[in-house]
Amino acid sequence: MGSLTHQYKRGKMEDEKEYKGILIYAEITREGDLAPVVLELANTAQELSQKLDGCEVTALVITNIDNLDEIKSELKYNGFDKVYIAKDEKLTDYSTSYYSKVAIDLIKEIKPEIVLIGASTQGRDIAPRISSYLNTGLTADCTKLDINEKGMLAATRPTFGGGLMATILCKNFPQMASVRPKVLKKADCPVEKDTQFIEVKPRLEGIDKKVELVEFIKNIQKAGKRIDEAEIIVAGGKGLKSAEGFKLLEELANALGGAVGASRAAVDAGWVDHSIQVGQTGKTVMPKLYFACGISGAIQHTVGMNASEKIIAINKDPKAPIFQVADIGIVGDVFEIVPELIEMLKN
Amino acid sequence: MKIALCIKQVPDTADIKWTENNTIQREGVESVINPFDTYAIETAVRLKEKIKDVHITVLSMGPPQAVEILKKAISMGVDEGFLVSDRKFAGADTVATSRTLASAIREKVKDVDLIICGQFATDGDTAQTGPSIAQHLNIAQVTYVKEITGYKDGVLTVKREVEDGVEILDVKLPAVLCMLKCDYEPRRSLINGFIKAHKAKINTYSMEDINLVPEEVGMKGSPTYVSKAFRPEQKQGGEAMTFDSAKAAAQFLLPTVKEYMIEEQVICKIGQE
Repeated sequence: MGSLTHQYKRGKMEDEKEYKGILIYAEITREGDLAPVVLELANTAQELSQKLDGCEVTALVITNIDNLDEIKSELKYNGFDKVYIAKDEKLTDYSTSYYSKVAIDLIKEIKPEIVLIGASTQGRDIAPRISSYLNTGLTADCTKLDINEKGMLAATRPTFGGGLMATILCKNFPQMASVRPKVLKKADCPVEKDTQFIEVKPRLEGIDKKVELVEFIKNIQKAGKRIDEAEIIVAGGKGLKSAEGFKLLEELANALGGAVGASRAAVDAGWVDHSIQVGQTGKTVMPKLYFACGISGAIQHTVGMNASEKIIAINKDPKAPIFQVADIGIVGDVFEIVPELIEMLKN
Repeated sequence: MKIALCIKQVPDTADIKWTENNTIQREGVESVINPFDTYAIETAVRLKEKIKDVHITVLSMGPPQAVEILKKAISMGVDEGFLVSDRKFAGADTVATSRTLASAIREKVKDVDLIICGQFATDGDTAQTGPSIAQHLNIAQVTYVKEITGYKDGVLTVKREVEDGVEILDVKLPAVLCMLKCDYEPRRSLINGFIKAHKAKINTYSMEDINLVPEEVGMKGSPTYVSKAFRPEQKQGGEAMTFDSAKAAAQFLLPTVKEYMIEEQVICKIGQE
């Protein structure tokens, strides 16, 4: 198999230097900003570095942006020792082929012991491509990263819809892990470093891009915030009875500065769009506050929201399973309680 | 056009039961096709209905009983199927699994034009197998696909759903597509389909059959291993409360709600600075 020709041996390879340090894939958003998950990873990387004799924390920025001042300063004030910048006009839009080639080339050159990537759509697209090429392990969607007694990355992630946690170790180098946005916290008081910025020349000659972006259609948001970014989510289910019912939730979401979510039942009934579905076949969300209104709480739904900091459930049925995951459960009618709450919030 | 469909049998998550040792009780648990894979099947069959000379082969790596899901796919309109099954595959992580599937496709489907998988499996939920297959075969990939919207001269046009919107992409074949839940539902099997599935011969291939060695598959071929598995601390849900009036219930919720609203505003301010 092709992949095996690129296989690394564990630890020090003959006449080559040891794998050392932590590399973070510094994703740049379509708008040209540093993805917030990069700073969340940076904070955790500082903790990991302390357990690894203060090894270097580096970042790789792949872009075609001319003015990188803001990105550079964010990285500098978030503890990066070195930042590698690959700039090329071929790198204007994200491309699996081009971006993974640049990342693989750098990893082969600098040999980090750990590579961390945000589990955004871009991160989830590129990370397995890199790990398979390098024949190394990639633990997806970790909720905790630590260093074990042997100095190896111990990556903990939920499986079976959150029913089981597994701590996973990697036999090869680099040890790779991805973490969803908002799972880790960015530093309250980040460390400023005398960051070294290093330009790398992308080697893309003869690489076939294979996929061309023809058009991008930006989401037009109805209720303001995106569900995966919102700190407060007001979600509804079958108990909302109709698309009209969701108007009430929109009102509450607006009053709270949050976003509207839905259970699969509400989406399947055609009341709301699939893009706001929370749960197994929808999105996983971890807001600070999650309102479950008229949602019975089937496991397919709760696996997508049970990591929320505070869960409030309102349901007519006192036996609804949603009450088992709720911090505050109220047996009652959404159509009576929510309007009262909106009224109180307005005053 | 030759299409390979990769599907997986998963325990029905609505039905997961735990043993005392925190392992999943497999006996008596209903197994289903990974929900995302059902959209992969539907998408492949729709393409076959639209363009000429499409042949779809479905494959799965798994235990012998996974033949059931292959038959189910055939009943939905897939042409043929085979199982990749070997005790040596046990304990495979995503790297070993995707290597096994890639090798099976190369050896048994041959000259494949398009590989379609589900974006995630509901049990592992890594979303890694599809892109890893693409890397092993050194072909293009598109993840988070909602729909195939066109095909012309070896180029597929697809709709990809990302955080901030929808991308329309042209993909040069061969390629791997990883399917999200589509806007259309997977079809139900008709009686003809069941008859075809019943008659279908499903071959089973071992590690040797697909030209791999023990170091490349299963636990041996996996760079990762599970060092510890445990049940997460369960949230202790409080008793559901009943109030005399809706107003009283809202009054009770107000302080908590306000607390989180304030926190939200503080975060926004810091973000703006």
